[in-house]
Amino acid sequence: MSGHDSKYFSTTKKGEIPELKDELNSQYKDKRKDAVKKVIAAMTVGKDVSSLFTDVVNCMQTENLELKKLVYLYLINYAKSQPDLAILAVNTFVKDSQDPNPLIRALAVRTMGCIRVDKITEYLCDPLQKCLKDDDPYVRKTASICVAKLYDINAELVEDRGFLDTLKDLISDNNPMVVANAVAALAEIQENSTRPIFEITSNTLAKLLTALNECTEWGQVFILDALSKYKAADAREAENIVERVTPRLQHANCAVVLSAVKMILLQMELITSTDVVRNLCKKMAPPLVTLLSAEPEIQYVALRNINLIVQRRPTILAHEIKVFFCKYNDPIYVKMEKLEIMIKLASDRNIDQVLLEFKEYATEVDVDFVRKAVRAIGRCAIKLERAAERCISVLLELIKIKVNYVVQEAIIVIKDIFRRYPNTYESIIATLCESLDTLDEPEAKASMIWIIGEYAERIDNADELLESFLESFPEEPASVQLQLLTATVKLFLKKPTEGPQQMIQVVLNNATVETDNPDLRDRAYIYWRLLSTDPEAAKDVVLAEKPVISDDSNQIDSTLLDELLANIATLSSVYHKPPEAFVSRVKTAIQRPDDEEYPDGSETGYSETSSHAAESSGPAPTSSGTSPYAPTKQPGQAAGVAAPAAQMPDLLGDLIGLDNSLVPVDQPATPTGPPLPVLLPASSGEGLQISAQLTRRDGQIFYSMLFENNTQMALDGFMIQFNKNTFGLAAAGPLQVPQIQPGTSARTLLPMVLSQNVSPGPPSSVLQVAVKNNQQRVWYFNDKVSLLALLSEDGRMERADFLEKWKSLPDSNEVTKDLPGVVVNSVEATLDRLAASNMFFIAKRRHANQEVLYLSAKTSWGIPLLIELTAIVGIPGIKCAIKIPNLELAPLFFEATEAVLKG
Amino acid sequence: MAGAASALFLLDIKGRVLVWRDYRGDVTAVQAEKFFTKLIEKDGDPDTQSPVVCDNGVSYMFIQHNNVYLMTASRQNCNAASHLLFLHRVVDVFKHYFEELEEESLRDNFVVVYELLDEMMDFGYPQFTEAKILSEFIKTDAYRMEVTQRPPMAVTNAVSWRSEGIRYKKNEVFLDVVESVNILVNSNGQIIRSDVVGALKMRTYLSGMPECKLGLNDRVLLEAQGRSSKGKAIDLDDIKFHQCVRLARFENDRTIAFIPPDGSFDLMTYRLSTQVKPLIWVEAQVERHSRSRMEMMVKARSQFKERSTATNVEIELPVPCDATNPNLRTSMGSATYAPEKDALIWKIKSFSGGKEYMLRAEFSLPSVTDEDAAPERKAPIRVKFEIPYFTVSGIQVRYLKIIEKSGYQALPWVRYITMAGEYELRLI
Repeated sequence: MSGHDSKYFSTTKKGEIPELKDELNSQYKDKRKDAVKKVIAAMTVGKDVSSLFTDVVNCMQTENLELKKLVYLYLINYAKSQPDLAILAVNTFVKDSQDPNPLIRALAVRTMGCIRVDKITEYLCDPLQKCLKDDDPYVRKTASICVAKLYDINAELVEDRGFLDTLKDLISDNNPMVVANAVAALAEIQENSTRPIFEITSNTLAKLLTALNECTEWGQVFILDALSKYKAADAREAENIVERVTPRLQHANCAVVLSAVKMILLQMELITSTDVVRNLCKKMAPPLVTLLSAEPEIQYVALRNINLIVQRRPTILAHEIKVFFCKYNDPIYVKMEKLEIMIKLASDRNIDQVLLEFKEYATEVDVDFVRKAVRAIGRCAIKLERAAERCISVLLELIKIKVNYVVQEAIIVIKDIFRRYPNTYESIIATLCESLDTLDEPEAKASMIWIIGEYAERIDNADELLESFLESFPEEPASVQLQLLTATVKLFLKKPTEGPQQMIQVVLNNATVETDNPDLRDRAYIYWRLLSTDPEAAKDVVLAEKPVISDDSNQIDSTLLDELLANIATLSSVYHKPPEAFVSRVKTAIQRPDDEEYPDGSETGYSETSSHAAESSGPAPTSSGTSPYAPTKQPGQAAGVAAPAAQMPDLLGDLIGLDNSLVPVDQPATPTGPPLPVLLPASSGEGLQISAQLTRRDGQIFYSMLFENNTQMALDGFMIQFNKNTFGLAAAGPLQVPQIQPGTSARTLLPMVLSQNVSPGPPSSVLQVAVKNNQQRVWYFNDKVSLLALLSEDGRMERADFLEKWKSLPDSNEVTKDLPGVVVNSVEATLDRLAASNMFFIAKRRHANQEVLYLSAKTSWGIPLLIELTAIVGIPGIKCAIKIPNLELAPLFFEATEAVLKG
Repeated sequence: MAGAASALFLLDIKGRVLVWRDYRGDVTAVQAEKFFTKLIEKDGDPDTQSPVVCDNGVSYMFIQHNNVYLMTASRQNCNAASHLLFLHRVVDVFKHYFEELEEESLRDNFVVVYELLDEMMDFGYPQFTEAKILSEFIKTDAYRMEVTQRPPMAVTNAVSWRSEGIRYKKNEVFLDVVESVNILVNSNGQIIRSDVVGALKMRTYLSGMPECKLGLNDRVLLEAQGRSSKGKAIDLDDIKFHQCVRLARFENDRTIAFIPPDGSFDLMTYRLSTQVKPLIWVEAQVERHSRSRMEMMVKARSQFKERSTATNVEIELPVPCDATNPNLRTSMGSATYAPEKDALIWKIKSFSGGKEYMLRAEFSLPSVTDEDAAPERKAPIRVKFEIPYFTVSGIQVRYLKIIEKSGYQALPWVRYITMAGEYELRLI
């Protein structure tokens, strides 16, 4: 059926435009048609044929469908540049929209919607109104989409003319295709509007789930994507929805499958029955695996999504690691993603096979892939304590192959392994030193120097090794210079002999007088002063114990992960970034409360996505804020400055900044936390919406509040009052909220105190709040007090104290609760999280495969809590026991712990 | 999460726009062309580039087919899976229309291309991609009629893949059960991955709107029906159906019921992850005598029953890229040196079960290499074969019922075949 249209491209005579003009006005139909084709051909190759506008539009009134389509196409392209002439086409459009042939009616309304000229838009309304109610479903489905087009050009017009209601009616249309397009249009309009327009009720839900069985594959994707916004009322409803959606997992279209997976995962959060959840996980695994047989581009999207899914539900694919082994012919972008997932699924059970694979990959030709494979071995070593030794021996085997970039990469990861397991594997240092001369990349050099400095006392010729680097000190990149500085100081402190003493003088001179890098100079001066005033203090600082690094394979923060999982199959899930980080056209009126959480995301290009950040192994706790140049990955720097800082907050507090120095670098400096829960929805607050939550910052309790004004007037004069409550919580000062203009919002932090004014009667976590302003009546709402905000910073207990307290309290004061939905993936990470919430680690012991952790905490009014957590790493479900003088606090405590551990 | 494409581009191998359709007016061809030419220049090999890239607030998703790139651009958080799949469907539709999709055929048919792009996507939302039905109302020059057409019912019907009023003199259905064996053996000789991907490929020549029901020896179904099935029933890990199959019905009672499209299509695909014994096992011993000569001893063994025969067996053995002067001997079939693939191809027309054949090869290696040189690309041994009348899974079509209201009798023909899929054995 091949055509011969290429001949239309070949008119290159000089008088082309006038010639075409003549032909367009020819009296012969065929000649006119050929001329329009030539015009379109010229347009296709990028020539400007807009000057022929009138002549082309004159050909519009024709019975010939092909010619009509071409003229329409021309109009879509040039109407914008000739808005005044475009009006000439309106008559024909309106006439066509009433043509007896549904193809032409649909074509007319479809094309009119694509012409983004105001004057035309005005004339679109009447035909659109008719077409939305057309007898033919083909016309209705085209008109549905056209409403979204019109909304994009002129939202007001759509609302004024009542198109939204008509569109909503089409959700009940008897034709599935019309329903699907109406859903797509409504979802898009909702996305660009601040008002609730398309809210899925249980009634719509039922209709859409029915339409799902009948519409085209693309329509199924629209419907599933729209339905993923629906929040089921309870576990039962969630189970019902899931039951209706699971058959979609069998669809041949991968997009349908992924959208179905998204919906199931979202509803699963509500399902409480562990049996049902387990069953669903089992059902989802095979379709996810099958996605890997799709075209490579689809595989890529699938893999990026699976990466997210296994972070939330590690069990789904726990036994399927083999399907992620790379095939020889996989494109490199697929291989890279597979590697990432292999690391996530690696466990003590499969590590041997995984290591064999990594070793195989490390001998391939693609350098980036090879490096990533080497890094993967290191990450497995950090993640799996029991496999660390095997990982290291594989790394040593690779070093022996002597491929330059493999050696360098191996040294970088071995440095991380040393940090994770200090004083365990130094026996291999000798082997590493053999490769010293081949290192030419800054990161590898810096890593090697760090190792030498750190273990200077065990390396006989550490001074010689370092000295060999010193010669080129001025030429080295900054990261290497910083390492050299720290390593030399370490060497000197460990072996204060003559050689190192000379070296340190050279280095300090180089790093102070000879350099113009402020980072280097500052650090050198600090060391210098320390060394000259009090060498013992210098030892305490420079050789201080370093915080242990942990596995970073589940690196995405839990709230972000939630958002990404709600966006499965979309670009957001591919980039691992929230949509607002890359979508430029978003609604403007309401500022999302969590906007500020991703300050860099929106500025840096996509290429620095979090997945790439993940490639950098072992995150070194970085001293934040000391310098604008602070490199992100610098073990030495972290060792030298950040670690002691954690123990001496008073001394260095001003250097480090106000934030907790243990916060990982990727978190924002001012903690904003997850979005606040809505306590007074706009619907009950006559347009005023209040979200609030108790938080704790720097040892003080605040009531963090967000006011959103969706009314038509400005609101001011806000005041707040708390009812008497169990805890004696009250405002420490007046509420300070500026005037809020309609459509805007304001945030505030209200300082709180714990007064003696406690409500009598049985304890309750309810906090009753009243808020008023000058324009509206008084609003009352209830909040639930989270114990988290009330745990004090000084809750750390000595081990002996803890034991004594534990014994002194009778067993009747012990309460136990199972938290089934909580998973401990890494003990360290969990402890960090608990510590951040003022629950302090005391001791741990292992019982069979269970980890038993003991922690202490104290309420702000001085009641001690003794905590025992029992968990199996990686398996959901955790047992939480506490001993406490006041048993009433126990339920609150469990809630709080669950919240912390779930993140 | 609504999101749609701003525009769809068809680009040539250098990244220049051949044809494009603007859906939303917020991404220009110049912008897209600039981005894409830069992208392929930078990498040289576009294979290395992930198919979803964000540049200047615009997300681009692309695939390649022959010497043409197909790409959508979007400014929203659109469904990436659906868009990439859509591009593949666009390829299918174009292939249906122009036999092959390449730069030439796009130029030759640009009028139809524009028409199709207008029909397949509206405002950036995928609409309709059934080539057969599209060609009922969008025709190429040769078939174009002056009378205006109406959209076929199928475009908006629940049965969007089949038009009414199809007539055949003889009603027939051909059903091919094709199983591909994928296997990956590591250099220790361990099988680290093996699975079977099966497809039921149908070609239907049926009149009217036939209701079909397919019965397989599916264990779940047979057990539900209370039939004892000794060793005959099979477990299918993951089944995927063509959109014509009623999924809800399958979920309920495991019945595969459908109204088929006209012509050929994949009714279903399935996967079996049970470990299978490699049907053809290949072992290669490579010896390097001094630095300039190497010798290869290859054993190929068929590990299936003697009554079956593998045909068109092709074993691709990687050799160093500088190998010359091949000296080849085989106990069966013929071997040729294919320098363009850096491989030795050993072909055996017919390889019956339980047999073992040998190949010996000698090469000279003229290049002088550095001892510490980076390792060479280590390609695996790859095997291709077909075994007719045989399936690894033991799947059987128990019946294919065809009921049409006119009451005609239709003849179903069923064939079984097993072939090698991604069949890789890594060299020691």
